[in-house]
Amino acid sequence: MNIPRRAEAGSTAKNDIHIIVEPPAVQSADGIDLELQSPCLRQFGRQIEEVIRETLARMGISRARITAADGGALDYTIRARVETAVRRALGGR
Amino acid sequence: MDRSTTTLLFIPGNSPGMLKNAPVFGADCLILDLEDSVTPAEKDAARILVRHALPWLKTQGTEVAVRINPFSEAFLGYEDMEEIALSPPDVIMLPKATKEEVQILSGLLDEIEKKKGLAETGIKIIPLVETAAAVVNMREIAGSSGRVAGLLLGAEDLTADLGVKRTRRGLEILYARSKMAMVCKAAGIAAIDTPFADIRDEAGLHYDAHTARALGMTGKAAIHPGQINVIRKAFTPDEEEIAYAARIISAMEEAEKESRGVLALDGRMLDAPAVAWAKQTLEKAKRATTW
Repeated sequence: MNIPRRAEAGSTAKNDIHIIVEPPAVQSADGIDLELQSPCLRQFGRQIEEVIRETLARMGISRARITAADGGALDYTIRARVETAVRRALGGR
Repeated sequence: MDRSTTTLLFIPGNSPGMLKNAPVFGADCLILDLEDSVTPAEKDAARILVRHALPWLKTQGTEVAVRINPFSEAFLGYEDMEEIALSPPDVIMLPKATKEEVQILSGLLDEIEKKKGLAETGIKIIPLVETAAAVVNMREIAGSSGRVAGLLLGAEDLTADLGVKRTRRGLEILYARSKMAMVCKAAGIAAIDTPFADIRDEAGLHYDAHTARALGMTGKAAIHPGQINVIRKAFTPDEEEIAYAARIISAMEEAEKESRGVLALDGRMLDAPAVAWAKQTLEKAKRATTW
């Protein structure tokens, strides 16, 4: 499934994560292009990235550009915000 | 959720920081709010976040309730239920509740429990009494489903419905509180008092909570973690009450040993209601100290 339009969810507040999902920058690009910012990038960057990618995979999203700004979110918050952004992009709001 | 639940803390459902810290505040029950504390634009985000947070929160040793949106408001309540059906809480709080809506909700919960293989009627309902009509129909609302584990008074909405001012003294909600205490006692369910809105006024909260308890309410909702200890103390017997209750029980045991039918303490005759009060007091005190 592809992301048809840009959408976002979450915030930059403490313990939250701001997620922007949009169609790939290059039309023919495959896969998930993820840009992640986090104050704990070194310690938890890989885990945050895994949670984002797993959530997208579970939702059947294979091509998208994701921008994530983490404020120390727990895994369930990351999953929730990614899911919300994707559902908004798919028009489910 | 029962008459021993004394402290319930509202947590905004779209606030990850508050959700994360909620278990440490020591409330008997957390109420994850999808209604008043969530803006219309974020209703979808809040219900998805609450759904994801519920499995973790339910492992933290506290009961978890979700206050959904009213069924009467643009199907929001139904959308909330569709989402949290995937990860059900212990209790659903239904705002602006009517008897019919409690029954609709009960039916939805029947389906959810069947689908997920959960115990029948395990998920409880707390209807919020927030309108004059609900106050009048309190008994019917309390009896509308076997899932109803209590009623919660919503004084801000009720006084708005009545067109009167909500005051520190609380005379305007005296009837609603008294009626709720009676209806809930008769039904064997919790009577949960309205939150106290001024989080800076500790003396006002102390007075409000003690008044509620004196009228027979069994617990009180909080809108700030700082209110929990004041509420807990108000709904827990103090040292003087505990000591007097213990003396009544001792006097009763002595009378039984001496095969005396008459019980007296400090020159006063005591009868069965006094003994029942003493036993309830000591039981409440024991529960409070095991928290």
